Amino acid sequence: MTKSELIAQLAARFPQLVAKDADYAVKMILDAMTDALARGDRIEIRGFGSFALNYRPPRTGRNPKSGDKVHVPEKYVPHFKAGKELRERVDIGG
Amino acid sequence: MNVTLTKAELADLLFEQVGLNKREAKDMVEGFFEEIRTALERGDSVKLSGFGNFQLRDKPQRPGRNPKTGEEIPITARRVVTFHASQKLKAAVEELSDASKQP
Repeated sequence: MTKSELIAQLAARFPQLVAKDADYAVKMILDAMTDALARGDRIEIRGFGSFALNYRPPRTGRNPKSGDKVHVPEKYVPHFKAGKELRERVDIGG
Repeated sequence: MNVTLTKAELADLLFEQVGLNKREAKDMVEGFFEEIRTALERGDSVKLSGFGNFQLRDKPQRPGRNPKTGEEIPITARRVVTFHASQKLKAAVEELSDASKQP
């Protein structure tokens, strides 16, 4: 399922709204989630899952082509943990 | 100060910014996550461009152990959801190296 298919599904779910509202709502939700993580905030959606940041310390990496050492600075990476309901519904035979 | 974004805040945002009424805003947020769950439950991956992809992985059975008793018990085969952040989301988050913002 793509973002545009998700928007179409939601528009069909809410026939009283104009299609543009579903489009705008999806974009707003995704922007709010991106902004929250970019601020260092967590996202917790009951029954779906949570998004948080994992810290990656600085390390010395290597350029795979030349073999030169390169400094890789510390960074944060987004991490998703599925919630109980999502885990159970997705699991085969669960 | 780190806070947590929840469905309630997302619904408030849709109420304030999109002009949905409170009921519609709440239902829209619930519907958003329910549509993603339904697609994943069907076995479909979900690709939200600019945010990330939710994919399914089938894990075979593997040996495990009860950490309390040390007893060996197999971990059954299962299907799990993985999330891969988009380049855009990774880039937005990576800049957060300031210790004061540490989550």
